[in-house]
Amino acid sequence: MTQLDYILQQIVNAVSLGSLYALVAVGLSIVFGVLKLTNFAHGDVMMVGAFGVALLVGIGVPFPVAVICGIAAAAVAGFLIERIAYRPIRDAPDVARLLTSLAVTYIIENVGILVFTSSPRNFPLPDILNTSWEMSNGAITFTSINLLTIALTFVSLLLLGWFITRTTTGLGMRAAAEDMSAAHLVGLNVNRLIIVAFIVASAYAGLAGILWAAQAGVVQPQMGFTPLLKAFVAAIIGGFGSIAGALVGGYILGALEIFIVAFLPSSVSSYRDAIVFAVLIAFLLVRPGGLLQPNREIKL
Amino acid sequence: MATPSPVLLSVENLEVNFGAVRALKGISLDVHAGEVVALVGANGAGKSTTLRTISGLSRPRGGRIIFDGKPIGGVAPSRIVSLGIAQSPEGRRLFGGLTVADNLRLGACTRTDKDAILRDSERMFMLFPILKQRLKQLAGTLSGGEQQQLALARALMAAPRLLLLDEPSLGVAPLLVRHIFSALAELKRQGMTMLLVEQNITLALDLADRAYVLRTGQVALSGRSAELRDSERVAQAYLGAAT
Repeated sequence: MTQLDYILQQIVNAVSLGSLYALVAVGLSIVFGVLKLTNFAHGDVMMVGAFGVALLVGIGVPFPVAVICGIAAAAVAGFLIERIAYRPIRDAPDVARLLTSLAVTYIIENVGILVFTSSPRNFPLPDILNTSWEMSNGAITFTSINLLTIALTFVSLLLLGWFITRTTTGLGMRAAAEDMSAAHLVGLNVNRLIIVAFIVASAYAGLAGILWAAQAGVVQPQMGFTPLLKAFVAAIIGGFGSIAGALVGGYILGALEIFIVAFLPSSVSSYRDAIVFAVLIAFLLVRPGGLLQPNREIKL
Repeated sequence: MATPSPVLLSVENLEVNFGAVRALKGISLDVHAGEVVALVGANGAGKSTTLRTISGLSRPRGGRIIFDGKPIGGVAPSRIVSLGIAQSPEGRRLFGGLTVADNLRLGACTRTDKDAILRDSERMFMLFPILKQRLKQLAGTLSGGEQQQLALARALMAAPRLLLLDEPSLGVAPLLVRHIFSALAELKRQGMTMLLVEQNITLALDLADRAYVLRTGQVALSGRSAELRDSERVAQAYLGAAT
């Protein structure tokens, strides 16, 4: 295996991991934009999507149909979370809203553990997604799930880009994120925008959860925690609340993690997460508003 | 009152609180169709609060707001825009990260009549030609005067029957202030009904048919602009002296 092949392989891995972070992070940013709320339950919505697929495939539903249903289940979960937990406290102080979001996380995860136990179960992947291709005489391996992750992320992010720049609802979501009173004054139905934001963000979380579980090979009620934390970091790097920022931050974080493991000696790379967070802190000291919002302060 | 046209907006005894502070202590005013009415007064007199409450951003604590015969106090802001009241707010409040075109598009978000929207945007480019050149530019990158023109155009894109204007001259270079007020005069000629809040009392009284002078949340004085222009009591109301 040549040096170049090795680098290429790591780039593929980085794009694949970065895609997952980006998918989760854009959802966090969409919700934060319209509600100024850090939605910790976003990770649990991922879990809903992944479990949905695992259960449906388990009873014989074809995989592609199960994926669509899983994404839909995640979207419904997001809709219900907004309706039941967040809407009643929409005007409450930030601390109360943050704690509510944590409470929703604990409730969903613990219900998941009650129903499914906390032990991981197998995530059923059709054979076609379990194959891998080799290039350069086996030096580079593309697993089909890696490629699917990259392709689906690419398509869904293009779709999101169209939505937030071309449709009145999407533009309205960005407008409300910038200035809520002005959004009211032009006559945007902010309540409707918040509902749409949750549904869209949660659908992306559902897709991310399914892809995450497919790569890990297992589902588990608390599986959303790690990706949520990472996506949170990614969103902050990019500029919290900015959708483009979340995307950029996701890929930067993915690359950072992969390259730390790939190119640093194992004695150092075992501290991967510590290094990532150290970089985050250093970065925020230089650019407190994130990459794409240099002048805006982050308020949680 | 010599105005023959019907009352379009009627505010009766409006009271609004901000926490423990009573911002409006029972304001009453009328705006007739086709009329331009100015609200003048010192800072903190309650001018912006009056406009915010009419637009539905603040809830009235007491009193009534009647628009076109229907009570609209406490109605959702988006509904109020649909009913025909648009506001160009103080400080412009544009969506700076969106393009000029998208800001205009959102101004018309309560409407579905595509052809009429297109006609109205052409009207905006006649009124504010600079916006046509800036269409693809982000609103946040415009100059203060250009932003103010965009804020007016965005409000007009809602095809309002009543236009609320909050400090259209604020933060705008003097030359552009004249341009903006001549555009407002043109709108007035076309029959647009306006309720105008303006610090620059000379500009306000030149444009308006009538004016109300607010002082600490109450109407201190009202009358035809020509009469108020020469009145010493207006100056007194501004300075907060007893009237």
